Amino acid sequence: MKAKFLIPLLLFVVLVGFLAVGLDRNPQDVPSPLIGKPAPAFELPQLADPKKSFSPESLKGQPWILNVWASWCAACRDEHPVLVELGKLKIAPLIGLDYKDKRDDGLLMLARFGDPYTLSVFDGNGRVGIDYGVYGVPETYVIDKTGIIRFKYTGPITMQILNQKIIPLIAELK
Amino acid sequence: MIPEFGHYALILALCIAMVQGVLPLVGAHQGRREWLMLARPAAQTVFLLLAIAFLVLTWSFYVNDFSVLYVAEHSNSLLPVIYRLSAVWGGHEGSLLLWVFLMATWTFLVAQLSKSLDEFMVARVIGVLGLVITGLLLFVVATSNPFERLLPAAQDGRSLNPLLQDPGLIFHPPMLYMGYVGFSVAFAFAIASLLSGRLDAAWARWSRPWTTAAWVFLTLGIALGSWWAYYELGWGGWWFWDPVENASFIPWLVGTALLHSLSVTEKRGGFKSWTVLLAITAFSLSLLGTFLVRSGVLTSVHAFATDPARGVFILIFLVLVVGSSLVLYAWRAPKSTMGGKFSLTSRETFILLGNVFLVVAGASILLGTLYPLLIDALHLGKISVGPPYFNSVFVPIMSPLLVLMGIGPWTSWKGSNLVAVIKRLWIAALVAVSAAILIPMVMGEFTWLSSMGFLLAFWVIASGVMQIIRQAKAGKPTRSFMGMQVAHLGIAVFVIGVTMVGAYEEEKDVRMLPGETVSVGGYQIQLEGVKSVPGPNYKAVQGTFLLIKNGQVETTMYPEKRNYFSSTMPMTEAAIDVGLTRDIYVSLGEELEDKAWAVRVYYKPFVDWIWGGCLFMALGGLLAMSDKRYRMKLRKSTA
Repeated sequence: MKAKFLIPLLLFVVLVGFLAVGLDRNPQDVPSPLIGKPAPAFELPQLADPKKSFSPESLKGQPWILNVWASWCAACRDEHPVLVELGKLKIAPLIGLDYKDKRDDGLLMLARFGDPYTLSVFDGNGRVGIDYGVYGVPETYVIDKTGIIRFKYTGPITMQILNQKIIPLIAELK
Repeated sequence: MIPEFGHYALILALCIAMVQGVLPLVGAHQGRREWLMLARPAAQTVFLLLAIAFLVLTWSFYVNDFSVLYVAEHSNSLLPVIYRLSAVWGGHEGSLLLWVFLMATWTFLVAQLSKSLDEFMVARVIGVLGLVITGLLLFVVATSNPFERLLPAAQDGRSLNPLLQDPGLIFHPPMLYMGYVGFSVAFAFAIASLLSGRLDAAWARWSRPWTTAAWVFLTLGIALGSWWAYYELGWGGWWFWDPVENASFIPWLVGTALLHSLSVTEKRGGFKSWTVLLAITAFSLSLLGTFLVRSGVLTSVHAFATDPARGVFILIFLVLVVGSSLVLYAWRAPKSTMGGKFSLTSRETFILLGNVFLVVAGASILLGTLYPLLIDALHLGKISVGPPYFNSVFVPIMSPLLVLMGIGPWTSWKGSNLVAVIKRLWIAALVAVSAAILIPMVMGEFTWLSSMGFLLAFWVIASGVMQIIRQAKAGKPTRSFMGMQVAHLGIAVFVIGVTMVGAYEEEKDVRMLPGETVSVGGYQIQLEGVKSVPGPNYKAVQGTFLLIKNGQVETTMYPEKRNYFSSTMPMTEAAIDVGLTRDIYVSLGEELEDKAWAVRVYYKPFVDWIWGGCLFMALGGLLAMSDKRYRMKLRKSTA
């Protein structure tokens, strides 16, 4: 076996190494500057009832999850069954932030696909989304007892992320 | 019930593909005739079964069977029939099924058209293809079953991504996949010849028309994709160096190198191990492209739903196929004999140089595409590589290639009198230099880059035309000669288009009230009004614009902004007035206050030459394929 005929194979091995590592990393997993910082405060009307409002202040003392979604976002529908699973577990309050949406469309989506949220708030003009640095819907945040953001995920969460990241993190934060 | 038939056919196809992949190869190795004779019937059966599976899925789309999950996710009862049918390959599962089905089609064609070929060779080729099909079918059946049921059935489907509801997208994926998958035939021939230890000219002659056919499909597929991006995405660009685009372009570059290298192997018996390596590489890159698109390791505008489990499977498949091929290559290729000697001035040298440029270009695009991944894997941060890198790398590598293209076809095998060739080419050089000076002056602005583009394009055209004339005087040129010339002219036409658009396009973003005009490229465009119009599954607002030149109304243009019922993201449908020497492109933006509209207009000189050039290249490939010496084989095989 002449050495030079092995060169393509060696190059391929290196390439596969990188691809294998790349599979484990998510290109959408951009580190958020907000991790380790206090979650921005807000007060927004609830989706189901605009007369009632909600503020994260009321959740102080327990970890909670914020999920940014919208009826116009196809990836959110992909994610929805996972959220329904998460909602069933009742491990922590799951707050939905209906982002830049129409109220009726948002309610319709929850009516059609099920409502996994403890409650949803309505962020029609996307102000709160901007505070949270939302750049792609869906996004999911885990916030601890003291109101610090501990985890952020951009894109639809999968069962794997739920089981390996979110559920253990909540257990730890409790 | 019917979808279950499809699922059943798929599983049965997997079983038969295993037979096709194993028995003929073992039979050829051990000299068991009865086993290697199984190759053809197995390939025919797999083809038939996959055709059934594909038809069943198409049928499910046609009758709106929303109890099939894939149909519910990608179709909708309001979707026009033609898009319901093309929605079959609108998502991951269906496009994989199309992939495998097309691969089985190629295999079937090889089985039918190889009657004159040595039985051992045929058995090995079909066997190798069978192994690849087995791997892909395992992938489909295990992770991406398109026939999965949704119970209870959905009321209505989620509908196809509005971006994909377009005539260009009906043909783009099948064409592209035909090309991708077509390289599997060259790959199988290469592996079969490595296995048999018979790396000879006959092998090259056999794989040549197949490779050309795959290349033609790939060329058309890429061109269609680019054309679609141009008029559908509404950004006015025609190529974005997106990872998915690159994934199709890299195999094209390597495939082009393979075509040329095969000609040396066929005619002169040279470059054997290099040709085999290119054949392996071209197909491996097609598989890698699939991996990149399907696994989601790279972000791309082609946002298919991605799933890491699928990525792992494709990676393992890639390792098995490519890894084993390269091991086989390292083991067997050193035994291949050297071809005939050739001097520095021979055609072999020019083809080799061209090959080097093509492969280096492919490698640098691959590097740019994978670079974000490499950096991320090494924990050096998150970056993205954009068009500036690709343009600054690709153009300098391709420019010398065009210079070679003007000279190479004049040289002869073994060695030629280069001085005589260059003396003959002074007319071509003169034409090229005058074009490089005159055209920018006519267009009104001189830039070095555009001048360079015209120099190279006209160099290739003049040299090609001179050679066609010379050949025509000497007797009837063969089709493969004409094919080469037409394809090379296609490159020149393409370069003219790219140069013109790059240097002389005009773009304006304006706020317009009805009655106002904007001028671009010597034309006035007047907004008449905006009204709403209904569509089958969307509502649109449509602008009416008059295209005016020298005070005369040439045509009326109707760009639209569509709101599809299934999605709340509005889609821009640009209006394009197509012309041989320019396109006028109008797209409607947001509605501003007081009935004013944001409008974007482009003047794109010679932009259609970009795709016209691709058509020429494909036509050249078809001509070369239809050359007599391949047809003789066919006639013999049918007799």
